[in-house]
Amino acid sequence: MNRKLRELIVKSILLFCASSSLIFLAGIVIVLFTQGLPILKYVGIGEFLFGTHWYPTHEHAEFGILPMIYGSLIITLGALIFAAPLGILSALYIAEVAPFWLKEIMKPIVELLACIPSVVYGLFGVLLIAPIVQKLFNLPIGLTAFSAAIILGIMVLPTVTSIVEDALSSIPKEYKEAAFAVGATRWETMTRITLPAAASGISTALILGIGRAIGETMAILMVAGGSARIVLSFLKPVRAMTSTIAAEMAETVMGSEHYYALFGIAIVLFIMTLCFNFIADRISCQFHKKFTATR
Amino acid sequence: MSMETRAMSQALNTSLNIKSHVNHRKLIQKIGISILFLSLIITIFFLFIIVIFIAVRGTGVLNIEFLTAMPRKAMTQGGILPAILGTFYLSLGAVIFALPLGILTAIYLNEYAGANQLVRIIKMGINNLAGVPSIVFGLFGLAIFVKFFGFGVSLLSGSLTLAIMILPVIISTTVEALKSIPDSFREAGYGIGATKWQIVRGIILPAALPGILTGTILGIGRAAGETAPILFTAVTFFSRKLPKSILSEVQALPYHIYALVTEGTHPKEQIPIAYGSALVLLLLVLGLDLIAIIIRTRARKKKLW
Repeated sequence: MNRKLRELIVKSILLFCASSSLIFLAGIVIVLFTQGLPILKYVGIGEFLFGTHWYPTHEHAEFGILPMIYGSLIITLGALIFAAPLGILSALYIAEVAPFWLKEIMKPIVELLACIPSVVYGLFGVLLIAPIVQKLFNLPIGLTAFSAAIILGIMVLPTVTSIVEDALSSIPKEYKEAAFAVGATRWETMTRITLPAAASGISTALILGIGRAIGETMAILMVAGGSARIVLSFLKPVRAMTSTIAAEMAETVMGSEHYYALFGIAIVLFIMTLCFNFIADRISCQFHKKFTATR
Repeated sequence: MSMETRAMSQALNTSLNIKSHVNHRKLIQKIGISILFLSLIITIFFLFIIVIFIAVRGTGVLNIEFLTAMPRKAMTQGGILPAILGTFYLSLGAVIFALPLGILTAIYLNEYAGANQLVRIIKMGINNLAGVPSIVFGLFGLAIFVKFFGFGVSLLSGSLTLAIMILPVIISTTVEALKSIPDSFREAGYGIGATKWQIVRGIILPAALPGILTGTILGIGRAAGETAPILFTAVTFFSRKLPKSILSEVQALPYHIYALVTEGTHPKEQIPIAYGSALVLLLLVLGLDLIAIIIRTRARKKKLW
């Protein structure tokens, strides 16, 4: 009886610990909403989401975050245009062509590079990429959406590469063997069998990459320039949602409109990343189901 | 021309056709694989150029004094000791909070829980926690630890915020480690009449130790490199003294780099210090992660089961 009681106590303690992640997640949601929703007392939701003027400290303060949403999206899009093809093709080489030893070396290297702190990427962007971009396009300032997209692309490259590589490696061997048996070359097998079969795994990788890119803060804060205006050009400074929060939070007073507005941005950011994670989760779930069933 | 010769020449023609067709396909394959190889080279180039850039610009700054001295003359001279120590304390604090919680969660998920709705929700929660942007953790820490609990901008607030951020890393690596232990280990435990908790403590945890260690080190590396979560919860650009208690503000390497580049007033003296700090941070983080990867690879090779 004593033993059973002890097991029960242990199990309850463990369950409590396991729930902690849920508690933290709920805590984050509660904090964001209680601190962010009050901004709607000052501006309407339409004005907040679609307003194009962000003058938080003016006498007649305006809180339109559309320029930041635009900034985040355009940098992310640029990063993906750059990182997606490179990542997918590199992963294809590592997974399908590279000899065993090269594979064994490349996987940890890619993993290691995914761990470089974002502030180091930022430093690299400010002091090397931005001056190059400035000279190349003859701009007054090199801190632009384009520079930020390059840096962000380099940042998500390891993530995309390693997840795509995982997806490609999990395609059952039988698929490829069947293709070889009917006389397909390695290239034909790759492009017509393996890639389509891994399509959902690859989309998971890209969506997770987008999630990481949208949530990235420091590198963008340093490299993107920080102008809160919508300019339809890659070669102008922009400002992302994350960097606005990072740059302005320290100056706000708790309980002020500006403070609420920054938490409001965080709500939008949080919901966007949550959606991306949810979609990625769904797709990867189906992907695994498909291949555990065929095995 | 007789029927026979015509048939023969036809056969010859098709075989020639097939041959050129095969050559054509081989050529496409060659071009295709070359493109793949080229992409890999470009990828590697981009990734390495950062490490090389920081290494080249930072090495000149690095010396014993830089690592062990206090900053002097408004951050234009001297060393970065407070930033190194601050980063050390912050990551240590984060792991102290996150490790027990993470390991116990993983034990529950892998050893105790069945496949019910609650477990699915918990797993989904952990996944989503892993995807929360780091700046959002910073806001959470600001509202809860700094303001609500009144810890102020301090080592404690920063460590707690980082702990929540690295929790999913520790949970998922520990779950992986537990999963890799074969059921025969558990059955042997039941066979001698042990309770579940005795089996977990006496058999499962020791066997999973390398995996747990890997997760811990990865967590430390992640905590050491992050800036956004500690931005409003722990750091200060300049402190004259080393942190005295867990309630004092600290300097930290990543924030130091950011502040030197964006807020520095003497770029000529401060940019080299930023390079030096970046190199130290890079060596620290890559070193930790390399150790983690080595431990993992060795554990996989040495596996007794």
